[in-house]
Amino acid sequence: MMIWVNQIVQGILLGGYYAVIACGLSFMFSVMRMINLAHGSLAIVAAFALFVLADQYGLNPFTALILVLPAMAALGWVLQRTILERSQRGGLLVPILSTFGLSIVVDNLLFEQFGADTRSLAPFIDELSYDSWSITDDIYIGKLAALTFVTAIIILGGLQLFLTRTQLGRAIRATAEDPDTVGLIGINAKRVNAAAAAIALVTVGIAGAFLGMRATFDAYAGGPQLIFAFEAAVIGGAGSLWGTLIGGIVLGVAQSVGAQISPQGFLITGHAVFLAVLFGRLHLDTIGTTFRKTVRRSA
Amino acid sequence: MSLLEIKKLDVRHGLLQAVRGVDLTVEKGETVALVGANGAGKTTLLRAIAGAHLPAGGSVHFDGVDITHIPAHSRVGLGVALVPEGRRLFSQMTVEENLILARSAGRKGPWTIDRVFEAFPNLVPRRKAKAGNLSGGEQQATAIGRALMTNPEILLLDEVSLGLSPLAVDRVYASLDTLIHGGTTIILVEQDLRRAMRVADRIVCMLEGKIVLEGKRGEITREQVSEAYFGLGSAKGRVHA
Repeated sequence: MMIWVNQIVQGILLGGYYAVIACGLSFMFSVMRMINLAHGSLAIVAAFALFVLADQYGLNPFTALILVLPAMAALGWVLQRTILERSQRGGLLVPILSTFGLSIVVDNLLFEQFGADTRSLAPFIDELSYDSWSITDDIYIGKLAALTFVTAIIILGGLQLFLTRTQLGRAIRATAEDPDTVGLIGINAKRVNAAAAAIALVTVGIAGAFLGMRATFDAYAGGPQLIFAFEAAVIGGAGSLWGTLIGGIVLGVAQSVGAQISPQGFLITGHAVFLAVLFGRLHLDTIGTTFRKTVRRSA
Repeated sequence: MSLLEIKKLDVRHGLLQAVRGVDLTVEKGETVALVGANGAGKTTLLRAIAGAHLPAGGSVHFDGVDITHIPAHSRVGLGVALVPEGRRLFSQMTVEENLILARSAGRKGPWTIDRVFEAFPNLVPRRKAKAGNLSGGEQQATAIGRALMTNPEILLLDEVSLGLSPLAVDRVYASLDTLIHGGTTIILVEQDLRRAMRVADRIVCMLEGKIVLEGKRGEITREQVSEAYFGLGSAKGRVHA
């Protein structure tokens, strides 16, 4: 029995990591109507940047984030102005194709630079990578996993506050709703979208850091990360910030419970739950609306 | 020097030329009503002045500055504000957020949140309501308030009475009266000819993208405007043009 409880606890914590990696994807989708297929690869870029800073210059990955996050923000700004914005003028499909192309370019540039070796940031964070708190005899909570989960909540809460309380945040929401009309009240929609891309890439940088600390990565590790981010975002309802956390948790719990059922069950259960939610959504939308109406009536 | 000087303006929607060689001058403090049938080019002309639609030819000077190729968001900073047709509020955001957003241009002036709520007291209880949940009249008041929050030199109003009940239209115009008499320069598009002739200093009638009649209030009659409106006896109408 306890073993299942433990798997669920570990799944929830894993969900925190998925929320960190998914929130940038979901933020870009909700704000800029842009599905960024280079999302995973860009997280790997951040992970490699942290690795180089730690390996060559002896910088602790947490300290190195002070350098890497602004660089990721700048990268987001430049990407938006040079690639994403142009591709969006070509319709819905072009951004997907161009970010897919971008991910291939990024992956192979990384491969050329760093080769096929797998790397990890774990050696640079000392005991944080393996230390844990013992809750009961059967349940341990990893310190890094807990830190990741708390970070997810801070990022999501921070984004929420930013979007509702600051002028730039409001401008981002308004631009998402009606990019033509914001110009009429003095907002430069292009600049707002570039700022939004910069913010999204900061979260990508953080995701890359946690990926590197909790596991290993290589030049082609971006693809699987993109899939997890995508699944978490879709399960949680693409574009909803807190939904992303729930989506991450659902995916994480499904995977850890699946792994408990069968050693090969980790990935397949996650994908199965994702597909079930996806198809469920297509059919359940009507049922959901009726349900909500009933709840409201009885409330 | 006139506040707004438009010369030989051409605006296209793809192959369709919506505005053809329009010349129009507006003095500071003036209220000009643009009238004309549907498709006459009134909305396109307003959007071209606001920069939402860049012209294919001609020029627009505002306060002596050539703004022909300046994008809309920069024109707001110079003092041009458009209340677009259909209001175009950010429906997921509250009334207050819609108003606060318009501070983005950073123009200083008399208009603040408090003054907008003073001018449109019907909005006060709706302050925290989502703009999408307001009544038509409240939405229109919010849209005008949002434009005023940019502290414009010239206010462009596109069919503010569209889709409103007669009572709501009266209320909107009552609050516009204060603006008009307070010396704000206004160009308004209005389908209701009687109302247009009552509030405006000058009537400009458009037909098929051209200005076919132009005259000061009191100098032109409703009959003249009606004829120009439908393109009847346009030769007579050109007297003032």
